[in-house]
Amino acid sequence: MLPNDLKFAKSHEWVKELGDGIVEIGLTDFAQNAMGSLVFVNLPEVGDSVEIEETFADVESVKAVSDVYSPVSGEVIEVNEELLDAPEKINEAAWDAWLIRVKVSEVSSELMDAAAYEQVCAEEA
Amino acid sequence: MKLVFERSKAGRGMDLFPACDVPAYDLPENLKRVVAPRLPEISEIDLGRHYTELAKQTHGVNDGFYPLGSCTMKYNPRINEEMCALPGFTKVHPLQSEASVQGSIKVLAKAEQILTEITGMDRMTFQPAAGAHGEYTGLLLIRAYHLANGNTERTKIIVPDSAHGTNPASAIMAGFKVVNIPSAPDGCVDIDALRKAVGPDTAGLMLTNPNTVGLFDRNIGEITKIVHEAGGLCYYDGANLNAVMGMARPGDMGFDCVHINLHKTFSTPHGGGGPGSGPVGCKEFLAKFLPGEMPEENNGTLTMGVPSESFGRVRTFNGNFLVVVRALTYVLSMGKEGIPEASQNAVLNANYLMNKLKGAYDMAFDRICMHEFVMTLDKLHHDKGVSALDVAKRLLDFGIHPPTMYFPLIVHEALMVEPTETESKETLDEAAEIFLKIMDEANNAPDEVLSSPHGTPISRPDEVRAARTPVLKYNFEA
Amino acid sequence: MSYIPNTLEERQEMLESMGLKSMDELFVDIPASMRAKELNIEAAKSEIEVRRIVEGLASENKIYKSCFRGAGSYDHYIPAIVKTVTSKEEFVTAYTPYQAEISQGVLQNIFEYQTMMCELTGMDVSNASVYDGAVACAEAVFMCQERKRATAIISGTVNPQVQEVVKTYCASRNVPVIVVPAKDGLTDLEGIKANLTKETACVIMQQPNFFGNLEDADSFCAAVHEVGAKAIMSVNPISLGAIKTPGECGADIAVAEGQPLGMPMAWGGPYLGIMTATSAMMRKLPGRIVGETVDHDGRRAFVLTLQAREQHIRREKASSNICSNEALCAMTAAVYLAAVGPEGLKNCANQCMAKAHYAASELCKINGISMAYDTPFFHEFVTKTDASEKIIKALDTQNILGGLPIEGGILWCVTEKQSKQDIDEMVAIVKEVCA
Repeated sequence: MLPNDLKFAKSHEWVKELGDGIVEIGLTDFAQNAMGSLVFVNLPEVGDSVEIEETFADVESVKAVSDVYSPVSGEVIEVNEELLDAPEKINEAAWDAWLIRVKVSEVSSELMDAAAYEQVCAEEA
Repeated sequence: MKLVFERSKAGRGMDLFPACDVPAYDLPENLKRVVAPRLPEISEIDLGRHYTELAKQTHGVNDGFYPLGSCTMKYNPRINEEMCALPGFTKVHPLQSEASVQGSIKVLAKAEQILTEITGMDRMTFQPAAGAHGEYTGLLLIRAYHLANGNTERTKIIVPDSAHGTNPASAIMAGFKVVNIPSAPDGCVDIDALRKAVGPDTAGLMLTNPNTVGLFDRNIGEITKIVHEAGGLCYYDGANLNAVMGMARPGDMGFDCVHINLHKTFSTPHGGGGPGSGPVGCKEFLAKFLPGEMPEENNGTLTMGVPSESFGRVRTFNGNFLVVVRALTYVLSMGKEGIPEASQNAVLNANYLMNKLKGAYDMAFDRICMHEFVMTLDKLHHDKGVSALDVAKRLLDFGIHPPTMYFPLIVHEALMVEPTETESKETLDEAAEIFLKIMDEANNAPDEVLSSPHGTPISRPDEVRAARTPVLKYNFEA
Repeated sequence: MSYIPNTLEERQEMLESMGLKSMDELFVDIPASMRAKELNIEAAKSEIEVRRIVEGLASENKIYKSCFRGAGSYDHYIPAIVKTVTSKEEFVTAYTPYQAEISQGVLQNIFEYQTMMCELTGMDVSNASVYDGAVACAEAVFMCQERKRATAIISGTVNPQVQEVVKTYCASRNVPVIVVPAKDGLTDLEGIKANLTKETACVIMQQPNFFGNLEDADSFCAAVHEVGAKAIMSVNPISLGAIKTPGECGADIAVAEGQPLGMPMAWGGPYLGIMTATSAMMRKLPGRIVGETVDHDGRRAFVLTLQAREQHIRREKASSNICSNEALCAMTAAVYLAAVGPEGLKNCANQCMAKAHYAASELCKINGISMAYDTPFFHEFVTKTDASEKIIKALDTQNILGGLPIEGGILWCVTEKQSKQDIDEMVAIVKEVCA
């Protein structure tokens, strides 16, 4: 079951509203499953700006690399440094392992709710 | 197995250097090394045994069948090794006078003459040290050409999605943007997609032919024409030249420059990952941009001269020269009859093996192939949970080096098989039996395959652990 | 000789097993208009004939009885065991170790090589090699590229061919390059400082430099770090038996031409590009890297690792296009270092220095010859003379390869291989020329 309090991008990122115009962005469980065991995460720096549908991070498994696209525009105010040492946390609990927190200026108009995203995953599987 | 550092004992070593027969020099204190390097201290016999043990845990062409697709693991003739070890070649300084290295310059000139004839080119540089280095060099030629014509807007290189990863990576290094075009269902270039992709920003196209699925692109004449008409140049990635030597020449297909891999097609050994050599050939109109120095004849003696509009240099001195000596030895041996004969037999061997396997294995493209063929284990993976990787690992138990796995990317669960011409019918028959036996196991006793290999020095390594917590050197403190 | 085992009958049999009649039917995809005519090259030859030809070519090269030329390629002693080990067919004929289970020999060797390169340079991590020292330098520049830092500065004391390769690589990627001319045979540190900005990505120096002189590398690295740029040191691996390492000087990346470690001069190759770096730059290293892990049964095992940086996975986003490297040359370097050991390397470096200094002082006793620079040097040095051409020619007739003529004089090199007698003989000939 997908968490109901999140919004989803078709490129398999989730967005969680934290209030005060701040959101968390993470990778969905579907994405981590498709990648397999993650071995490295490349994150932006605090103060960097992110743009809708532009890549802000990448994640590596042994034999693949995936770009992570931002569902929002804004400024990075925090990065989850824990993941740099322990990327496997994304495999273990994708919904808790946020990558960055962003002070948002604009949110993508194409974000989906859980039901719609579930359908996207079903089509891709 | 012990590491060489674990065999080290203080005070041991070899007696190599005589006592110094001149006064010692006193290096100023601030320039002296502070901490000594922890190099092994080891006797000659233990050192010899260490490497003999390592050799026993290494599978080379001389250890057994090595049908590694795209890598052309043909036999490496021994005469090549003897010739490149001649003191006349090894004991020569790269900055000796031209008069004192006429033999070396002749090696380059002769190799250039033969290899440009095989590729249908006019000139060839031996600077590049490997295939990817050759790609980079060829792309710099294309860049120099457009810039010399005042074309600064030609910034894009078209690469099919079936290409080797080095193609797009080389294009980026050479300062281009990459335009990926999809392959047609038959694995060849999608002509319509190519037509849409070319334009005033096209610098060139990179292509292998036969392509990475082992098929000769019948439309090659049209492909190179489309690119030329758009004002771009055509680059031939010679990775698969072993299929067509003496049968078809890249120059006649419409290519303007090529790189070839002496360590694949021209029988020089791979050395566990190099040194290779990736000479770049080009048509006359590009020759003035070539890097480094090129052989020139002046009144009967050979000199080395820099082309008039050379774009620079991609390596010091004259490239991996001893590799060129090996390749020259090989092409002299093969001659005008042997070169096409090698390609014909490479293609024969591939088709023969494919024919023996195609009842049991799904072929990605079921038609006559060139020097290699691609199988897809998608159905097996889906039905039995046995992947291309598992089949590859099981082959190790039978002393066969597995085919290239998971390439090209456009084929799912791919195994790419390239037997080469230097394998005998018996070797292919035996290999076919082993492949069939493994397929039988995969269907009826998949655990045997899934848990393989069983008879190798190590079982499957934990690659995730290696990448998550990288240990990239010996820990002396442990 | 075609090295094809199958006889004509067997080939026919194979064709017929597929329902084919001739080889031509295998090539139906090649349009007739594109079929090659008979190649315009010589006919096939027997092994004896080929040997005669190639040996003939080799004999047209001149082998000098002693060599006093360096400038990027060095005449060192190669221990017998080095050739024995690196000629083993398993090592020579294997491909890149993609299949770890049957490639532990090659993989462990690369791991040992990486360890030795870290020990030698005093750095944290090493890759499995690149094509040569110059390409290592160019790749190092690319490692330092950051969003807001692109410019590379090169000291004018870096080997000119290395400068040329770096410039070629940088030109294609639009990386600005500034060369700061040498001052009195040394890096012009003030000149470099004047060019350092917050857009400087890296600065390259060579130790010992092209003229053989020893630079103040500590001050160099400190100055470069002051603006947050990276310090790249190009070093001579033999010199590291005696001279302060890049790690000890504070470099971010060390690169080296590995040829002196057991490879013949061979008219320029194959050589070995050594690259080591601080652990902070680990993931920016190009090319193959081997890591330690365990196998399914818990045994120590070695694998190619951090592969997601590489071209076969990252394609156009890869940090470099390198695929094949110089693996067998890396093995050569490892066997060489294991053979000489820590004491042997130190001895070798000290003998190089001692003999070069002896040769320099003997040469400078000759009228018309003097040192170009008054600076500590390793095993190369420049003498001023206006008789360069005559000196080199006279040595040549006596079968001695003299130093390299450069602007204003001669760049000499003396290694452990030359005995006092060799040096005295060379000096005597020079003296005669200058008399």
